[in-house]
Amino acid sequence: MELLKKLTQAGGASGIENQVRDILTEELKGLGELSVSPMGNLTLHIKGAGEKILFAAHMDEIGVMITYIEEEGFLRFTQVGGLRIKNIIHSRVMFPSGVTGVVALGDKKELKDLKMEDLFIDIGAADAKEAEKLVSIGTSGVFCGDFIQRGNYITSKALDNRVGCYILAEAAKNIKNNKNDIYFVFTVQEELGLRGAKTAAYDIRPDYAVAVDVTACGGVPDGYKMAVKPGDGVAVKVRDSHLIAHPAVKEMIVAAAEKAGVKYQYEVLESGGTDAGALQSSGGGIPSGAISIPIRYVHSVNETANLSDIENAVKIITIMCV
Amino acid sequence: MLEKLTSLNGVSGCEDEVRNFIINEIKDFCDSVEVDKIGNIIAFKRGKSSAKKMFLAAHMDEVGFIVKNITDDGYIKFAEVGGIDGRVLLGKRVVVGNKKLPGVIGIKAVHMVTGEERKKAVDKKDMYIDIGMNDRENAEKAVSKGDYITFDSEYIEFGNGRIKAKALDDRAGCGIIINLIKNAKFAFDTWCCFTVQEEVGLRGADVAARKLKPDIALIVEGTVCADTYDSPKHKHVSTMGGGGVISVLERTSRSDWDFVQYIAKLAEENNIPYQYKRTGSGGNDAGAVQTAGAGVKTAVISIPCRYIHSAVSVLDKKDFENAYKLITKVVENIGGNLWNY
Repeated sequence: MELLKKLTQAGGASGIENQVRDILTEELKGLGELSVSPMGNLTLHIKGAGEKILFAAHMDEIGVMITYIEEEGFLRFTQVGGLRIKNIIHSRVMFPSGVTGVVALGDKKELKDLKMEDLFIDIGAADAKEAEKLVSIGTSGVFCGDFIQRGNYITSKALDNRVGCYILAEAAKNIKNNKNDIYFVFTVQEELGLRGAKTAAYDIRPDYAVAVDVTACGGVPDGYKMAVKPGDGVAVKVRDSHLIAHPAVKEMIVAAAEKAGVKYQYEVLESGGTDAGALQSSGGGIPSGAISIPIRYVHSVNETANLSDIENAVKIITIMCV
Repeated sequence: MLEKLTSLNGVSGCEDEVRNFIINEIKDFCDSVEVDKIGNIIAFKRGKSSAKKMFLAAHMDEVGFIVKNITDDGYIKFAEVGGIDGRVLLGKRVVVGNKKLPGVIGIKAVHMVTGEERKKAVDKKDMYIDIGMNDRENAEKAVSKGDYITFDSEYIEFGNGRIKAKALDDRAGCGIIINLIKNAKFAFDTWCCFTVQEEVGLRGADVAARKLKPDIALIVEGTVCADTYDSPKHKHVSTMGGGGVISVLERTSRSDWDFVQYIAKLAEENNIPYQYKRTGSGGNDAGAVQTAGAGVKTAVISIPCRYIHSAVSVLDKKDFENAYKLITKVVENIGGNLWNY
């Protein structure tokens, strides 16, 4: 659990994933062959004679990029990945240098008319000159959100998708005498359009691929209806906006879940996608599926998951590898 | 050079005039020049080292229109090629087809416009091009469906060293790469690519990058400059006269952060003015190049263009020169101790 906590608290806005990559590199040393791609994907190759399987989890998270520094020292910003205004007002942000800020807006602004460009970040600088010593235009930051645990539920920023990174790292440690040829790829820039995964699949050309990511869920007051619930098991993806899971891959995941004796549920996601969407059509085409962890309040600083689902995912992936 | 380049017509998919001119300009300065199947020019320059493959790209195509239909009265109904703001079209002069027939973009007369219509911008669908023909038969003799239509706009220099022309996006980039081919001493083996069909979806660059599989790519572009007095400073995107614009994050691509910092450092060490692009939107060939093959470290340096994608874009010659200086530094020094990538 310490690893998951550490991973979620690292900053890794899309394109600036080095903190997360460094933690994983340290964690995975000695487990196989590690390499970094031109775009920054981290790959752990655990050799085996059998089928070539690619598992992908993205390292990046949503965030902000500074676009302008106002004379008064406030920062204007643009979104990195899909931000929702209602999720970010008054949240805190941090930049790689350690500088922190708060997302704020003027009192006269009404919520219903609000646009991203109306918001600004206050980093406690007296004026532009002082602000420019701390940050520069083009610097990317992430939202702050502590890791907390209540019973089986955990809440943090960036569970999307540090849970995926954590699951793959833990599975990698479990693998011994594996039959299959395993590639664990920790991808970059998923939140900007599944970009790292596309290049990884092209490079590795696996027999099949599985993305490990988070998904939405139902059962929340005034939320969208969705027959997926945290704690009811790993979600085996059937479809999302970018993927119709290959039936054979879906069945492999289900077979592994049954072998492990853990709960699973099927996931039909109406909007959104994961790296699997890019993996499937890369190179000459790759049968692809996805294993998802149901998350409440996705893309907020309080993403909430159930620990049992995460533990089950580790078991399923371990079985798929050996 | 820019005067000649912007006088050529090259709406996406019909870049022939631009391609022929560029090939003629560069052929004696390259180790090889070829035109690929989609129409990109790929010019190869051997560098001091072959350790890495460098890729430069500027797109030859420009936004414009295509003949969609000819009315009984001999008017042309048109579709746009690339993204064009309909509000900038009325009253503009255009040329139609290979024969470059003159035309003007019109709408119904002002006394027929209702009060409600007056308050709104005219819809592109309601405009037409008048080529001076009196009926369909005569118009069809001169024009065919599918003919390209280009803005007719003279290159002029005005004010404090500024230029007005059409197609500065991205003939400015083409001009910079032509000059590099003639003058720069490339650090790495470099493929200079003049791409087609950027304005309709980065298509030429996609093909070229997937074929060449470079290690590093630098895209040279014309970009939005909204620094007019009537918009707040944080929405200006770039500033005229502020130097070459380095992109960090755009809708279609994320520049390699180390590469971005390297470019900024080079600019500072050599006292070359530069600025960061101050928005997360917009897109260019980098979007296709970044994810080509196993991935490419990309960056973008652009020249600010006011009123981009119109007949009257405006560029500052100092920005062109400063961007050229900065890009020269990059291609001549990359791989050195500042960014020992």
